Amino acid sequence: MSAYLLKRLLTMIPTLFGIMLITFLIVRLAPGNPVSLKIQAAQGLKSTALSQEVTDQMLKLYGLKVDLPAGYENFIKDKPAPVRKALEWLGQNTIQFKIWLVNVCQLNFGMSFKDHRPVLEKIREALPITLTLNLLEFLIAYLISIPLGVYSALGRESAVDKGVMVLLFILYSLPTFWVAYLLLMYFASGDHLNWFPLGGLHSEGYETYPFLMKIGNLMWHLVLPVITMVYGSFAFITRFSRSTMLEVVKQDYVRTAWAKGLPRRQVIWKHAFRNSLIPQITLLGTLLPALLGGSVIIEQIFSIPGMGKLAFEAISSRDYPTIMAITTISAFLTLISLLLSDIAYAFADPRISFEEKQQA
Amino acid sequence: MTLEIAQPNLPKAPEPETGSPRYWGLVWKQFKKRKLNMIGLWVILILVAIAILAPLLANSEPVYVKYQDKVYLPILQKLWPISKLNLYPELTGVDLKDWKAKGAEFRYTPVPYSPDDYNLEEILEPPSIYHWLGTDQQGRDVLSRLIHGSRISLSVGLIAVGIYTLIGIFLGALAGYFGGRWDMLLSRLIEIMICFPTFFLILALVAVLGQDLFYIMLVIGLTGWTGIARLTRGEFLKLRNQDFVTACLSQGMPTRRILFRHLLPNAMAPVMVSATFGIASAILIESSLSFLGFGVRPPTPSWGELLSQAKSVIDVAWWLTTFPGMAIFLTITAFNLVGEGLRDAVDPKLKS
Repeated sequence: MSAYLLKRLLTMIPTLFGIMLITFLIVRLAPGNPVSLKIQAAQGLKSTALSQEVTDQMLKLYGLKVDLPAGYENFIKDKPAPVRKALEWLGQNTIQFKIWLVNVCQLNFGMSFKDHRPVLEKIREALPITLTLNLLEFLIAYLISIPLGVYSALGRESAVDKGVMVLLFILYSLPTFWVAYLLLMYFASGDHLNWFPLGGLHSEGYETYPFLMKIGNLMWHLVLPVITMVYGSFAFITRFSRSTMLEVVKQDYVRTAWAKGLPRRQVIWKHAFRNSLIPQITLLGTLLPALLGGSVIIEQIFSIPGMGKLAFEAISSRDYPTIMAITTISAFLTLISLLLSDIAYAFADPRISFEEKQQA
Repeated sequence: MTLEIAQPNLPKAPEPETGSPRYWGLVWKQFKKRKLNMIGLWVILILVAIAILAPLLANSEPVYVKYQDKVYLPILQKLWPISKLNLYPELTGVDLKDWKAKGAEFRYTPVPYSPDDYNLEEILEPPSIYHWLGTDQQGRDVLSRLIHGSRISLSVGLIAVGIYTLIGIFLGALAGYFGGRWDMLLSRLIEIMICFPTFFLILALVAVLGQDLFYIMLVIGLTGWTGIARLTRGEFLKLRNQDFVTACLSQGMPTRRILFRHLLPNAMAPVMVSATFGIASAILIESSLSFLGFGVRPPTPSWGELLSQAKSVIDVAWWLTTFPGMAIFLTITAFNLVGEGLRDAVDPKLKS
C-alpha cells in the first residue's frame, strides 16, 4: 500500500511539471503582452510614442522581463539576428519559468495584473462561494439521483423506467446556458414571474440582516443557479447509478441472496445497493475538481463571484498570473482527487488490491 | 459427433470479426431496431442538408428572374464555386430593383433574407409571416441566421472531432501496440491533459490565438483527444497478441500497414461511438464560446452568438432566446441519440 502510494506520488511530479510547463507556454505564446495592452489603454489606443525604456521598466515590474545572466548575454550577442532573438526568448522564458516554478512551490502566485492584489487572496475569496454553490448542487443531485437510479434499475424496461430515461436524456442534452436564460426569463424578469433575483449573491443591505435572514437571502439567490447546475449532473448520476445497479443485480451473490429467501428490502438495499455504490467513487473523483473549479458559464450568467467568474475575468483581461494560478491549482486538485478516488476505491472494495493494479 | 455433445456451450455461429463488413451490417440491423435512433439519424441528415443548402434556403438574392423572355438565376453568382465563373456578365452593375419595376418575374428562396441583411425599420419584430422566427436588434432575420449558423455548428462539430479522432487514434495505436516507453509517455500526456480544466483551457487558448473558426476547431481538437486515445490504446493492447497480427508479422508486413489496415478496423467501433458523442459536446462547446463572446466574430451567424444577443433584450424578445436554444438542443439531442444507439448496437454486452 505505502509502496503504491509512494509510486503514485512520485509519478505526480512529472505530471505536475508538464501541467505547469503547458500553462506557462500557453500564456507566453500569446501574441501581444498585457503591458502593451495596458499602455494602449492608458494612452487611449495610441500605440506609438512610448519609449522602449518605459515599456521595459513596466515589463520588468510585471516580471515579464528579467536580466539575462551576463555569460548568456555575451554568448548570444554576436549571433545573427533571428537566432539571437530566438535564444533571447528561450533564455528569458526559461528564467521566468524557473522563477514562477519556485514561487508556486512557495505558494506565491504573484500579483494580479488587473488590480495588483495577490492572486491567492482573490482565489481565497472566490473559492468558498463556488464551494457552497457546488456542495448544495452535489447534495441535491445525489439525494435525488441515486434513489431514482436504483428505482429505475429495479423496474427495468417498465414504463416508469423508460419514461425516466427519456426525461433524463432530454435534460442531459439541454444546453446549460440556454436553461439559465429561460429560467431568468420566466422566473426573474418583470414580465413573467418575478420570484427570484437576476443574479448576484446578496440583496442590498445584506450586512445589516440578522443571521437567519442572511442565510435565507443567500439561498434565495442560489435557487436558480443551483437548479441550472443540478439538472445536468442529475441525468448523469441517475444513469450511472442505474447502470451500476443493473450490473450488480446480475451478480451471483445477489441471486444467492434471493435464493436464501431474504426479504426483498434486504436483498436490494443491503446486498445489491451497497455494492452498486462502489463505482460511484470513481464518478465522485471525476466530479470533485468541478466542485472547486466552478462553472464559467453559470457563474457568469448569474454574476456569482466564484472561481468560474474569476477565471473568465482573468481571461478577458489577460491577467496572466491569475490564469496560470487557476489552471495550476485546479490541475493539482484534479490529480489529488484522482489519487483519492483510487485509494477510496480500494478501501471500499477489498477485492481490489494495488498490487494487481500495478501489473495491469 | 461426440465432440459436439461434449461442448454444448459453443456458440452456434462464429461472431463476425469486429470491423468486417458483416459486423457493421449487424450493428446497423441492431441500430435500426430502435425508432429513436432512426429519428436522431434523420434529424442529423436533415441538419446536414440544411447546412449544405443554406445559401439556397435563405438568401436575399432572387433565385430566378425572368426579364424580356430571358431567364437568369442570379443566386448562382453567390454560390462559391460557381461565383468564380461570372455566368451573367450582363448583370454586373444592373440594379435588379429596376427590372422589378419594369415587370420582370422574380422568384425567391423560401427565406428571402440573407443572414447579414440588416433592416433598422424592422428591429425586434416578433415572429410573423414575413419573418417566421422574428428579427434581432438589427432587424436581421432570425431564421436565416439560424440556417446559416448550422454551418458553423456542424462544421465545428465534425472537424474538431475529426482532428481529435485522428490524434487520438494515432497516439493510442502507438502506445497500445508498442507498449513500454511509448505507453508510459502517452499515459503521462493523457494524465496531464485530463488534469486541465477543459473548458477553461479552451477559453484561454481561443483568447490567446484569436477568435477564428479555424482556431476554435483546432483548440477543441487539441484538447479533446484523450478519450479516443485511451479507447484505441485499450483496443490495440487487447488485439496485438491475436493470431492475425502474428500472421501479418510473419508475412513481413510493414508496421504501418499492420497498425492502420489490420488492427484499426477492429478497434473502430468504440472510437465511432465516442466520436459521435464528441460531436455533440463540440457543438455545445462552440455555442458556449460564442455565447460568452469568445466564438467566431460577428457578423458570422452562430447559434451561441444569437443566444448571447438575446441577453440584453431578454424580457422583450422571447424568440431570440427560444429558437437558437432549440436549435442547439435538437442538434445535441440528435447526436447523443445516435451515439447512444450506436453504443448499444456495438456493445455485445448490452445486446440482450
